[in-house]
Amino acid sequence: MERGWPLEQYEAVTEAVAHLYVKALKDLPPDVRAALEAARSRESSGVGRTILQTIERNIAIADEQSLLICQDTGTPVYFVEVGEESGCNPIRLERAIREGTERATREHPLRSSVVSPISRQNRQTNTGYRVPVIHWEFVAGSPNVEILVIPKGSGSENMSYFRMLLPADGVAGVKRFVVESVVGSGGNPCPPVIVGVGLGGSADLCMLLAKKAIARPCGSINPDPEVAGLEQELLEAINQSGLGPMGLGGATTALAVHVEHAATHISQNPVAVNIQCWAARRGRLTIGPEGEMAIGY
Amino acid sequence: MAEYRLTTPLDEAQVMALRAGDVVWVDGHIFGLRDATLIRMFDQGVPVPTDLTGAICLHTAPGVRQVGDRFVKVSIGTTTSTRMNRFTGPLLQLGVRAIAGKGGLLEDATRLLQQYRGVYLGLVGGTAAAETTQIEEIEAVWWTDLMPECLWKFRVKDFGPLIVGIDAYGNNLYLQTKAEALRRVQALGY
Ligand code: SF4
Repeated sequence: MERGWPLEQYEAVTEAVAHLYVKALKDLPPDVRAALEAARSRESSGVGRTILQTIERNIAIADEQSLLICQDTGTPVYFVEVGEESGCNPIRLERAIREGTERATREHPLRSSVVSPISRQNRQTNTGYRVPVIHWEFVAGSPNVEILVIPKGSGSENMSYFRMLLPADGVAGVKRFVVESVVGSGGNPCPPVIVGVGLGGSADLCMLLAKKAIARPCGSINPDPEVAGLEQELLEAINQSGLGPMGLGGATTALAVHVEHAATHISQNPVAVNIQCWAARRGRLTIGPEGEMAIGY
Repeated sequence: MAEYRLTTPLDEAQVMALRAGDVVWVDGHIFGLRDATLIRMFDQGVPVPTDLTGAICLHTAPGVRQVGDRFVKVSIGTTTSTRMNRFTGPLLQLGVRAIAGKGGLLEDATRLLQQYRGVYLGLVGGTAAAETTQIEEIEAVWWTDLMPECLWKFRVKDFGPLIVGIDAYGNNLYLQTKAEALRRVQALGY
């Protein structure tokens, strides 16, 4: 599209984002469902099984009756990829995403959970200054725009951790920090959880990497074999803790550990943990070069 | 892991029968409240507009739709209880017998539950779809200026499962499980 998206296209995207937000709150991705089912089938603790069965029943009720999986409609977090050849104007797209979020909140209606950090005032829109949170990437050569929404629940977001470890603490220090953070969170983030780990970068990038990690499909494996090994080791350690579903004991505390890394400074060893609850909601809108839209996870 | 069906209001004998790890289903009424509600009740000392003797109080801020002057449920779930830990004593002093939420309460609240003969009931966090269908009706709402953190009265049927996370004998399954889990990972070298 040489001359860029027509204005109607942004209105169509606003409507699609409103739909996407609500759909994400009702329809859990298949990878998360499969991981929960596997957890239920291997759970030996009675309380743990009761909890995992209740979670599955809850997902089924949400499907059948078109209800929200969880009442916390979250902080709206978006990962947006704008292709070089898409003809999309990111400023107009940003407006469409904000308006779509507000429209979903007003029309469904959804509980608004976003407030000013100072006055604590709630505009009842699920948006506010600098929120929705939108992370942008620009993709060379691509004709598409991709919008990934993560309505991020607060029980798990409150269990976020960051530390500037020392280079001398090594990977061993990183592992200890991650395992202690997750186990120390107890039942608060609604386990079984997806653990997102950011490794390296600067402080801000490190935390963003942890959030990117929880945005991956549940159980996906990092292509770097060293990082994949770390994911596996951390998952085993966390589950050996026996903290279990809702922190009340059992075999599955984490459904997956995802690690994302970046180069860092010679004198730094930053690590971040972002936890995603079992209600790991995710929705993806793909917009093609002719304005065609597809909704997925 | 015994299973119980309780009808509200709860009395002391019903509460004393429960042990950490038991599963409970509730019929009757449940009161919903959250940070702002409790701040108004106890920090600002505004008189509580209803009788909470024998009540189950649930940490929640529901999603609702307003129809005329009534509120209809959209999505009602629960929230992290530790944020409201310090209000445990004042609630028990009003006669509340059970506090429900997710994530459990801390050591001092555990002792207060033992002293006043109350329990903490853990919902499965995030299962609002199921809970919403178990709430028959929003019967009353007070302090709508705090929306959604008002004081709510829900009529419930087959509400649960709730897991007895803290019993009236000083057992806190959350804290015990977490301490044991931390010991295990330390033993593994983490
Ligand atoms: S942590 Fe997640 S599942 Fe638990 S209440 Fe919050 S949004 Fe729902």
